[in-house]
Amino acid sequence: MTRPGAAVTVPAALFDAGLDAVLAEAARDTGGPAPRAVPAEVPDAGADGDGLERARAAAAAVRDPELPMLTLADLGVLRSVAYAGDGAVEVALTPTYSGCPALAEMRAETVRALHEAGFPEVRVVTVLDPPWSTDWISEAGRRALAEHHIAPPGPAPHPSDPVPLTLSPTRTAAPGVACPLCGAGRTEEISRFSATSCRALRRCLACREPFEHVKEI
Amino acid sequence: MSDEHLSASLAAGAEDGEGRWAFGTGFEDPLHGVDTTVPDGVDAGALAALCLALGDDALVGAQRLAQWTTDAPELEIELALANIGLDLLGQARLLYARTGQVDGTGRGEDDYAYWREADAFRNVRLAELPRGDFAFSMARLLALSAWRLALFQRLAAAPDPVLAAIAAKGVKELAYHRQFAADWIVRLGDGTEESARRMQAGYDEVGPWLGELAADTSADALGGDAAGAGAELRQVWEETARAAGLSVGAYPAHSGAGRAGARTEHLAPLLDELQSVARAHPGAAW
Repeated sequence: MTRPGAAVTVPAALFDAGLDAVLAEAARDTGGPAPRAVPAEVPDAGADGDGLERARAAAAAVRDPELPMLTLADLGVLRSVAYAGDGAVEVALTPTYSGCPALAEMRAETVRALHEAGFPEVRVVTVLDPPWSTDWISEAGRRALAEHHIAPPGPAPHPSDPVPLTLSPTRTAAPGVACPLCGAGRTEEISRFSATSCRALRRCLACREPFEHVKEI
Repeated sequence: MSDEHLSASLAAGAEDGEGRWAFGTGFEDPLHGVDTTVPDGVDAGALAALCLALGDDALVGAQRLAQWTTDAPELEIELALANIGLDLLGQARLLYARTGQVDGTGRGEDDYAYWREADAFRNVRLAELPRGDFAFSMARLLALSAWRLALFQRLAAAPDPVLAAIAAKGVKELAYHRQFAADWIVRLGDGTEESARRMQAGYDEVGPWLGELAADTSADALGGDAAGAGAELRQVWEETARAAGLSVGAYPAHSGAGRAGARTEHLAPLLDELQSVARAHPGAAW
């Protein structure tokens, strides 16, 4: 998923430490040698000798504070787990939205989980590029959302495509978002923003129940 | 999150010596390891000025949206406006952080947000006009988000990788902001006689400010394209008006004076409120 050479790695917590420091290290990191990265999707077979796989498992099991049925790995915000040059475990997270307040909690939980797994030196860095996409939510994550009556996202629009503006109708009975409660295909959007930026509020036209939908970005 | 989890997270934060709570930033974070490296061929002064201006647009715009909290026509609208404001606030934080890196002052996000007077802000003046009614707010949101989206799509290929990453992320958010505004403009313009009258009034009030957005060429040397973004804005503005049954005037030519530091009388009172806690309790952490 990561474009080679294009990663802007921003260290530390975007939303609780100084952003200045955060972005400062980003600039530095892009110039330096890339840390040994383990892609979040691919287990590093045979790496258990140095504990990296254990570290990855600990980080991957941390749960999203807003959508606790999802782990950070399910959500696709866990980008990599690697040893940095100084021996610290470096965990790269990517924010879902620029202003997502949950990132601070994700970071704290990740540090705590790795400490508990026996890694005393832990650093959480933030990756802004490429930007998070709902396409990164895993199949297991999509099933977990549906089981909790939240409709999973459809395919995200391609980033380089022109961004379409729909001017009618105002309330969309767009196909493609099935009711997570009764399974009916006909549902309508009530509000494009729900309890958090990442979710919209919809209603099923068959069973009439409202439900949330993780919208595509 | 269970209380147990919450306490554990807070304890983990305390272990790291970071007093914090959700968005708490402990106003003056010590700067460490600030590297102000800017890619070869990029004018650091111009980059800092652009990041500051785009950050100011977002911060001031977010504050105006926040003024709908507890006062929106429906709970869903209130949530939407707060979420849109939060996206913009997130963009402002990233842009201010980048500004502090490249302008040579080493200032942090809070320095820009809380410790500047109105005359140091460089936002477009459209962003600082009073909140107005819901129709005006939607007309302004359409103008600002359509223009920012057009600009950010171009800046996603900016020569500065940090600005490019911030812009690429912002594009996804701004598409939702623009759609939200356009939906309501169509609904109100195509609604009752009263809603159409007020939507037209909102359009008429915002329209003359479009020229200020189109006149802003500060991003041109850094991957932006004022002419292209201005044309896209005008197209969205007119198409939305057509769908909503609104009329579009021949708005007067306008200068980009807000970018040069000209302010309306409305920014200072907004900042008084935004900055009051930080200034009453400098250095406070909780």
